[in-house]
Amino acid sequence: MSEKLPLPLFENIGVVLPMAIAFGWAIILLVIDLFVADKRAVGWLAVLGLAASAVAAIIQPTGTEGTFLNAESRAPMIGLDPFAQGIVLVALGVAIITVLLALEYLPRQGIERGEFYPLVMLATGAIMLLAQGQDLIALFLGLELLSIILYILAGFAHARVASEEAAIKYLIFGGFATGFLVFAIALIYGATGKSSLGEIAAASALPTFTASDNLLLLIGIGLLIVGFGYKVSMAPFHMWTPDVYEGSPTPVTAFMSVAVKAGAFAALARLLVFAFGAQAAVWLPILAITAALTMLAGNIGAVVQTNVKRMLAYSSVGHAGYILLGVIGAGATAANRELGLQSVVFYLVTYALSNMAAFGVLIALERRGEAAWSLDDLSGLFGRSPWLATAMTLAMLSLAGVPLTAGFVGKLYVFSAVWSGGLGWLTLIGVATSAISAFFYLRVILRMFTSEPSREVQTFTGTGLRVALVVAAVGILLVGVLPGLVVSFVQHGGVALGL
Amino acid sequence: MIGLPLISLALWLPLVGALALLFLPKEQPQLARTVALVFGFVTLVIAVVAAALFDRSAPGFQMIDAFDWIPGLGIRYAVSLDGVSIWFFLLAALLTPVAQLASGAFIQRDVRGFQALLLALEFSVLGTFVAQDMFLFYIFFELTLVPTALLIGRWGGEQRVKAATQFFLYNFGASLFMLVAMIGLYLTHAAQTGLATGDIAVLIDSVATGKLSLDTTMARLLFGGFFIAFAVKMPLWPFHTWLPLAHAEATDDGSIDILGLLQKTGGYGLIRFAVQLLPAATAWAAPAVGVLAVISILYGAVAAYAQRDIKRVLAYSTVSHMGFAMLGIFAMNALGITGAITMMLASGLATGALFLVSAAIVARRGTRDVKQLGGLWLPAPILGGLALTAVFGSIGLPGLMGFAGEFTVMQGTWTSSALGPAYIIVGVIGVILAAAYLLTMFRRVFMGELRPANEGFTDLTGREIALLGALVALVVIIGIYPNMVFAPMQATLQQIASGVSQALALK
Repeated sequence: MSEKLPLPLFENIGVVLPMAIAFGWAIILLVIDLFVADKRAVGWLAVLGLAASAVAAIIQPTGTEGTFLNAESRAPMIGLDPFAQGIVLVALGVAIITVLLALEYLPRQGIERGEFYPLVMLATGAIMLLAQGQDLIALFLGLELLSIILYILAGFAHARVASEEAAIKYLIFGGFATGFLVFAIALIYGATGKSSLGEIAAASALPTFTASDNLLLLIGIGLLIVGFGYKVSMAPFHMWTPDVYEGSPTPVTAFMSVAVKAGAFAALARLLVFAFGAQAAVWLPILAITAALTMLAGNIGAVVQTNVKRMLAYSSVGHAGYILLGVIGAGATAANRELGLQSVVFYLVTYALSNMAAFGVLIALERRGEAAWSLDDLSGLFGRSPWLATAMTLAMLSLAGVPLTAGFVGKLYVFSAVWSGGLGWLTLIGVATSAISAFFYLRVILRMFTSEPSREVQTFTGTGLRVALVVAAVGILLVGVLPGLVVSFVQHGGVALGL
Repeated sequence: MIGLPLISLALWLPLVGALALLFLPKEQPQLARTVALVFGFVTLVIAVVAAALFDRSAPGFQMIDAFDWIPGLGIRYAVSLDGVSIWFFLLAALLTPVAQLASGAFIQRDVRGFQALLLALEFSVLGTFVAQDMFLFYIFFELTLVPTALLIGRWGGEQRVKAATQFFLYNFGASLFMLVAMIGLYLTHAAQTGLATGDIAVLIDSVATGKLSLDTTMARLLFGGFFIAFAVKMPLWPFHTWLPLAHAEATDDGSIDILGLLQKTGGYGLIRFAVQLLPAATAWAAPAVGVLAVISILYGAVAAYAQRDIKRVLAYSTVSHMGFAMLGIFAMNALGITGAITMMLASGLATGALFLVSAAIVARRGTRDVKQLGGLWLPAPILGGLALTAVFGSIGLPGLMGFAGEFTVMQGTWTSSALGPAYIIVGVIGVILAAAYLLTMFRRVFMGELRPANEGFTDLTGREIALLGALVALVVIIGIYPNMVFAPMQATLQQIASGVSQALALK
């Protein structure tokens, strides 16, 4: 550091290539959008860009670090390990499905605007930054970029009051979260004098690290958990979730419930596990109690909902709790780190498939000015559109964690991770809340199969929606029946796929 | 062995059948029935061939088909048979075609879906009995819930949705505790032996050789996890409340036989996971469980006596039967477990036959209320005769299968070091009560004057006689010569019993 070398600020461009494709293509697409009348074409072009980004992410060998070096210390700001690679691919997959779901949804709702698709791509790029960031600055950039885009997306159906309300609510709560995070970063930097995660860990382990610095650091960690708690809808910071999820345009809700969570969890896990591993004794109990509260609040809250979209919002709170189990498992002991992080990625894959399928079915039931989200509207769906009902059944079974669906293997993974981290009681709470959750997921299934339709609800399916539903439903079964491939992917990254 | 993966064949064929049904035209119910029956029947044939090739003298798992399923986690697809599972495997393969034939024209609505779900249920039940990896076992065990809940919820009686919901939630919730116990066992085993595996054979071996030594508290907690799941499934008092509703609200045809099979998965699981894998904790819990089992025997019998609905009487009678099975299992000796398995088979066959009787009555009279029936023997002597034999088989009259089971359970419990004579002295009252409630039901339905409303009641058709007759014949034949059931399991049970005493000695 003493010698000021005119070093290039980045090397190993492949690590940021996926992100660069997403951001770059989004900008180009914004321009293309001006000249294309058929907004659907813009959507398909976005799918293309996202797919290209995914290919770039898969073929990039993992374990590489050292891109966008920190100018001062030359520590890496962005890297790509199997964990980041997994999150990046989940985000890209969810983004592709979101675009497919939106293709016919937007015109039907009268809110079709070309910039929707570039915005989704930008948000996805931000999530990739969150997943790959190795530095407080990079992580904060990613989070803020993501949040700002989401404020816009949540209010995208701005003729509708609910959508505007969702945007404003999200903005206010997001502002709070940002405040906490900025303060947290300031305290952490103040305590350690470093912003790179690896260096923070090293600095806090030095014998010169004083007690007062440690106090600052611990407060910083606490604020960090609060800030991220808002973003991933962790209890007790989850109150905004049902309203925002219900009010936002449904494809946006689907995107928020999975991709945004994936990014925020990736950043939270990386911070806690890699930078603050030494302080685990302090944050682990806090996080464990929060996880228990989250699972309880989400799953108990969902029991009384009769609006399926709102029910899925509460259920997504519950699932945030299960993902948290993986993070806790990773932080519990050093030996357990790999298992925990793998379980987080795996769980996100399964949760992404299930939630996208569920929201896809809701989109098929939704038309302009009238949303058919109540349980009654699902009554007898099997008789009217058996394929939609089958997709919804798979989604519900998977969210409940019934074997041979993806969700079961996901739960098995996170439960194992947290048990092996020595927190068996959390496994028990996870199990108990899973049992509760079976109630409201099962209710949807039985409604579709056993009741007669209470009123005529039209269903809409177009090519995009069909493709999305088939991908998600087949994915649920495939990952549930043959989880081996995904397991070896989350264990070894893209290398496992023979790349 | 003939080189074919017979067990896998028998296991997967029903699922293939269920999927094949979905491609048939919807408006041809008869075609769907025929195709489903062919699959059910071929599965039975394969299962019988597999059982014939089973080496009766060898203990442990045989005819293993296995490959790595999730190599990263050490979870394998492994299916096999041993002396414990072979009879359950056969029972499931037998009862499915019986259920399919019994359902006949009873189900009119969406026949294709109904038959597909029956086959899917057979797949999951067979899988539960042949799975040799505990996670695979869990998967099949849970999978049984989905087709069953849909069968009850879509084709059941008036309270069908409530029954389906209650059934699913009880069993799903309870099984999750088993999942925790499995994770605990798996991780502890991996930590102590360095081998991450869910293979039951390996785990049993580690327990027997002392490679896996759980501390007392942990073993008891794990036992608790398994026990909750299986006690709800069997069901044991006070976990039984889902059962009467589920049985009463299920379809009125004979396909309900399969519901009875689910209870057997509970007893089977206890033998595998409690007695074989956690012998010390099982011995510790045996006295308390024994008390619950005795309460189940008596409670089931008393509750059955109070019912007016034939299906409810039968549902409670299975609670009583499973109490006996529970006693046999927790006796933890070869005799007791032999009796428990026989008891469960007898319950499956005799109660299954009585459910067919109930189906025949409902098909003719439209009611299961014993007060509205009466004197049916006069117009339907064949039905009455077969029903009486099944009733005697269920009560445990000597010379019939129920007696073989009960008597062996009593012997086992009496000589058991984990339980003892006291349990059986109280439990035997249940046999007397069984005679009371079943004969009362029989008297009310078949004896006395023929009510005017029952005029024109017809006797069984040829097909019904064949079905009911087949089940009743098995009850009689096995009752006269129980050794044909006992013999194939002895090698395995001796091994289990010696494993238990070995593990207890290690403590």
